Amino acid sequence: MKFLRDKIDQIKKPFEKGRKFEKFAPAINALDTFLYVPNHTTKHGAHIRDAVDLKRTMITVVLALVPALLFGIYNAGYQHFIQIEGSDMSFGNLFFHGLWKVLPMIIVSYAVGLGIEFAFAIFRGHEVNEGYLVSGLLIPMVMPVDLPLWMLAIAVAFAVVIGKEAFGGTGMNIFNPALLARAFAFFAYPTFMSGDKIWVSDASTIDGVSGETILGSLAQGKEVAYSTMDMFLGFIPGSIGETSTLAILIGAFILIATGVGSWKIMVSGVIGAALTALMFNAVGLTALMNFDWMNHLVVGGFAFGIVFMATDPVSAAQTDKGKIIYGLLIGFFSILIRVFNPAYPEGVMLAILLMNTLAPTIDYFVVNGNIAKRKKRLAKSKQLKSA
Amino acid sequence: MSKDIRIKKGLDLKLKGEAAHKVAQVTRSKVYAVKPSDFHGVTPKMVVKEGDNVKAGEVIFFSKSDEKVKFVAPVSGKIQEIKRGEKRVILEILIAADSQDVFVEHSKKNPNDLSTEEVKAHLLASGCWPFINQRPYDVIANSADTPKAIFISAYATAPLAADVEFVLENKLEAFQVGIDALAKLTSGKVHLSVKGKGKSIFKDVKGVSMHQVYGPHPAGNVGVQIAKISPINAGERVWTVTPQDVAIIGELFLTGKYNATRTVALVGSEVKEAQYYNVISGAAIEDLVGGKIAGDNVRIISGDVLTGAKVKMDGNLGFYSNTVTVIPEGNTYRMFGWMPFASPSVHSASRTGLSWLMPGKKYAPNTNLNGEERALVVTGEMEAVMPMDIFPMQLLKACLASDIDKMENLGIYEVAPEDFALIDYTNTSKLEAQQIIREALDLMIKEVG
Repeated sequence: MKFLRDKIDQIKKPFEKGRKFEKFAPAINALDTFLYVPNHTTKHGAHIRDAVDLKRTMITVVLALVPALLFGIYNAGYQHFIQIEGSDMSFGNLFFHGLWKVLPMIIVSYAVGLGIEFAFAIFRGHEVNEGYLVSGLLIPMVMPVDLPLWMLAIAVAFAVVIGKEAFGGTGMNIFNPALLARAFAFFAYPTFMSGDKIWVSDASTIDGVSGETILGSLAQGKEVAYSTMDMFLGFIPGSIGETSTLAILIGAFILIATGVGSWKIMVSGVIGAALTALMFNAVGLTALMNFDWMNHLVVGGFAFGIVFMATDPVSAAQTDKGKIIYGLLIGFFSILIRVFNPAYPEGVMLAILLMNTLAPTIDYFVVNGNIAKRKKRLAKSKQLKSA
Repeated sequence: MSKDIRIKKGLDLKLKGEAAHKVAQVTRSKVYAVKPSDFHGVTPKMVVKEGDNVKAGEVIFFSKSDEKVKFVAPVSGKIQEIKRGEKRVILEILIAADSQDVFVEHSKKNPNDLSTEEVKAHLLASGCWPFINQRPYDVIANSADTPKAIFISAYATAPLAADVEFVLENKLEAFQVGIDALAKLTSGKVHLSVKGKGKSIFKDVKGVSMHQVYGPHPAGNVGVQIAKISPINAGERVWTVTPQDVAIIGELFLTGKYNATRTVALVGSEVKEAQYYNVISGAAIEDLVGGKIAGDNVRIISGDVLTGAKVKMDGNLGFYSNTVTVIPEGNTYRMFGWMPFASPSVHSASRTGLSWLMPGKKYAPNTNLNGEERALVVTGEMEAVMPMDIFPMQLLKACLASDIDKMENLGIYEVAPEDFALIDYTNTSKLEAQQIIREALDLMIKEVG
């Protein structure tokens, strides 16, 4: 191992301060720190530090995404073959077809996004933040499988440049970058982001495919052809990563067990959505209102959104109380948008983006409670003194 | 009246190298040092010159901003050197010690017979005043103030910190006299916080409001106790003294001598036999640590691992230090150490490591940063180790922005850097929280006073 370390140190020589490639140091450091935790020691404050760092945190999220990703790849193949080829295929064939479709999307997403991140790090002279490791995987997972790669690339560039770097980079963004990429694609290329031809790969090549999402067909007043179990397990058309609630639950378990994702947001989000759906069930005027509350939770992007998007700590509420309110409102708005606006069956995306804008306001009121308490205490002590 | 203090938020770091309950003497150092940097915010005005002879307890400099606050020699001897740094800032005053101390003799006094002004004057003249610190700002108390209350924490919860109960076992008489003296200085109460579990040796101390403390570190931090007992409002002043210093003050009244000897715990994974030593403050680190440590790539800390100051082998013990910790330096690379659940030997308070599955395990941490500084991303982790009614992340952000109004609103007066030490330790972004708070407090001193 000493050999490898020496070799890396040798490669890094020209990137040191005062040397030729000094400016590009963030790029080479980003690669090096993926191999080794650097030898930096504490200079100020506490002399010892926790093992956790941003890299570890972000990789934990990526790990949590893996079950949903693997299922998504499989389902991409499954939907393709049952809808278009109509024949039984082996697991390997299904998975390979999915991989053939999904892998290029992941590669494009990482290449474009990390390219921009590296460029900004070099330009601004700071280290590369690990945030995009998660965003880069999330973005393809919330897209339809047939989205052209160039559109994906533009959506990624928009999310990273306008959504993140324009605000000052990682930790400063107001919106969840991955959702912003999806919203951008959704409004810029609507024909590739909604409808009945896009959720199954190659569906546009033939006629007569029932490749709609469940929410899409409900919005048009059609019957749902899938059982709740299908919806829960994920054998339904939809964005790549969103279909299997089971796989997402495994991810949620990883996030909650490691403490990386906020259980407060997830739980309050589910409660908010369930209550709202129950309320609509009671009214029951349209097909969407009548859609069972349990099905609401397992269908569409709700589970994926609440587990992986709403819990993004940067764009979510940051106070403990704030997180609960934030989650509840996301649940509420997700179902509300689904039910009342058939043009946007995927309510969770818009609900989270809306709550991203409101999160600082929620925190403001929570923190103000603390400030008010402090001011009251001060007033009381002054009163006592003068008395 | 007493009020129990129960704390849930926090973190007890279990480290290797806890001190055995044994005390040994340390050979007398040839040279002792007084470091003005131990007294935050004090600009020294020298009274002595190089070559002067001083007695133990003789004034060597005073504070430029408050001339009544004097600093004295811990031993008798000759001023060997006044070391200066950039812009002639005084770094340390080195005193070549006599083989035996000759003390400045003050008269023996019973604080109960003295007025507030007389106690104050005695503490100022004898060099004991610097033991009294004030909140807000965590600096030496202003001698013109009358504090709302005085707080003493006799329960150290910091990792490997010296056990107060053991150290003061035989000094209870002096401790009581010290308490009596301090009681004269405040219009309010003297609050003494002791360990909640088991029987405390301080249970019979008189003239104090006693509090039993339960919970993980930072339960023993005096700032946390103040926040639970009587939080500081804007404009108020409270004073804090550490228990060993109370005993030194008491000894001054009992014997008429300023005796800078204290019992220091030498601890840490790199110490061969961790135990206690009687040593005069300012002693050479070499005499305390030399020959007692295992490795050579080590960091010696005057204080505990969370809040102490780095000292070199040829350096000296700090003025307030009750603990000296020796841990390995972490200037090494760790392959794939950032992977979740990798490196089980490195503790993590988060559940991305395996530490939470092994709550009893003791660790030997090194000084590696275990990552690089990053933007603030993760939320909620700071709150988990902050038992005060404070929003730590919001306060730190206000401090970074130097937004004085907001800092005031969010409780800057209630905190000291040490209260943010665990945030230094646990935060994912490797933010230097203690440093940020210290700079913010300095700004407040300048702007608000």
